[in-house]
Amino acid sequence: MFYLPSTVVGFFLLVMFGRTGLLGRVLWRVGLTVVFSWPATVIAATVVAFPLMYLTARGALELIDPSMLEAARTLGAAEWEVFAFVTLPLAWPGILAGAVLSFARALGEFGATLMLAGNIPGRTETIPVAIFFAIEAGDTRQALAWSALVFAISIAVLLALGAWTRYQRAYLVRGQARHEAANEIPANDMGVE
Amino acid sequence: MALEIEIEKKFPDFTLQVAFTAENALVGILGASGAGKTMTLRTVAGLDSPARGRIVLDGRVLFDSAAGIDLPSRARRVSLLFQHYALFPHLTVERNIAFGLRHLPGVTPQERSRRTAEQIAAMHLSGLERRFPGRLSGGQQQRVALARALAPQPAALLLDEPFSALDTHLRSQLERQLRGTLATYAGVTLLVSHNLEEIYRLCPQLVVLDKGQVIAHGSREEIFRHPPNRATARLTGCKNFSRARALDQGHRHGALGASTLIEALDWGCALRVAQDIPRPPAHVAIRAHHIRVEAPPVKTPPVALPPIERPPVGVSSIEFPPGEVPLGEAPPVGASSAAIDENTFPCWVADSSEAPFRVTLFLRLHAPPANAADYHLQVEIAREHWTALKAHPLPWQVQLDPGRLFLLPD
Repeated sequence: MFYLPSTVVGFFLLVMFGRTGLLGRVLWRVGLTVVFSWPATVIAATVVAFPLMYLTARGALELIDPSMLEAARTLGAAEWEVFAFVTLPLAWPGILAGAVLSFARALGEFGATLMLAGNIPGRTETIPVAIFFAIEAGDTRQALAWSALVFAISIAVLLALGAWTRYQRAYLVRGQARHEAANEIPANDMGVE
Repeated sequence: MALEIEIEKKFPDFTLQVAFTAENALVGILGASGAGKTMTLRTVAGLDSPARGRIVLDGRVLFDSAAGIDLPSRARRVSLLFQHYALFPHLTVERNIAFGLRHLPGVTPQERSRRTAEQIAAMHLSGLERRFPGRLSGGQQQRVALARALAPQPAALLLDEPFSALDTHLRSQLERQLRGTLATYAGVTLLVSHNLEEIYRLCPQLVVLDKGQVIAHGSREEIFRHPPNRATARLTGCKNFSRARALDQGHRHGALGASTLIEALDWGCALRVAQDIPRPPAHVAIRAHHIRVEAPPVKTPPVALPPIERPPVGVSSIEFPPGEVPLGEAPPVGASSAAIDENTFPCWVADSSEAPFRVTLFLRLHAPPANAADYHLQVEIAREHWTALKAHPLPWQVQLDPGRLFLLPD
């Protein structure tokens, strides 16, 4: 899993999903066209952001002390319980970091989106693409408005993710004992920062 | 309550081949690092699979390569106390301890909290229920780990170096606590350690491992008093070994009981050993704290007598066969009392290492040492004795008590 310039990713995706491409042909048969449709923007953003998510999450999983998982097994936990009650909570900070990084990358996605989805106003025009074409057309006010919106979305998502994590980790920590005070969770017990 | 182990597993550098049965008693597994102690525990816990063999706990077959049985860890009812405890950092003390209970069939939430509370009280963890492991001291962490291991009432408890992660001053206290806890535990307990004092204090039964093989198995007293081989002697703390050759094959029975005359090749001397020779001995050994070091008798200069002319004065039961005592080029000790002279040699200090209350001396026999590494015997004496000895000029006298020397086949 390596990282490529987004125009290169866009080019590969275009080859794959084009009418003569490997996937494109199959989809064409069932009556679907991906290129220049709104799902294309989603595919482009996902593919471009995926390595970030994958690498960070894998790093977090590899950092877990294997004896933790072994301890859980000797204490009677089945494999899914080991994953749900030990692996996931311990890897959570890394998974979250991956989510934040890939979100930021996807939000700023430009090259692959433009190549696979084009720039059809109202259908495949993503905000970064819209900003670019607004500037190119000399519409600075329009570009500024879009930029402010991206800024707001970015901040909101970050805040939401942070809150969700606190909730998620508090839940995992306390389980049924919800009455415990939230401030009993040590802020740094797993090295989130 | 019994645990039968008979396993075999190949590794690049050694083959683990362990077979023993642990009855009710606490069984200690002693061995150097890399001897296969931890691996043995892991196979019992089901965290590693042996290549072949059989593990049976209270009649339940946990592993049997012939029958194709390999129970997963979760079904074995075997708790393992990890060397670094492996407490779940994201769970409170209480929930760490309860972790094994939630996976037990038929344990109601009420029962679960009752048993958790029981463990918390038994391990003196009251008040720490809501703490996270990261905020506990090393000793508290060990107690939480032990409580977590014991809460599901496992059929076997495996302790992997339970004190190695603790400060020295905490160890003796926690060791006594552990002994108390284990006294009330009904299952089989295996304790792995390389610390021989700790394992001796805790475990009445011992299994000694060396390079993956069981080299001794039995009561701790027997193993420490009569190590069956050199590796066991070394692992039980014996520091002094010399290749040996029998000088008289017949036994003599005198004041000392059975006794044998041998030649210690590495120490360059003849020694009387109060022990029959079971078969030709390969080594003679003595523990560092069993060796006596004295200043020579006052004003008796060492007399350079040929070894064979050493006078057997006043000793009826012990006689040196004339002409058979090779003392090398060393002059024998100035002889005044032959009873003490037995196994007594002049010695020089090659090196010394001082602990607060005890001093380790590295002694060269028969002649002054060339350097600090040139020594025959490692001797441990009380510090007071060392202080008194230092006032006397070298050479001093070292006496190897025939009753303390032991012979090892090899």
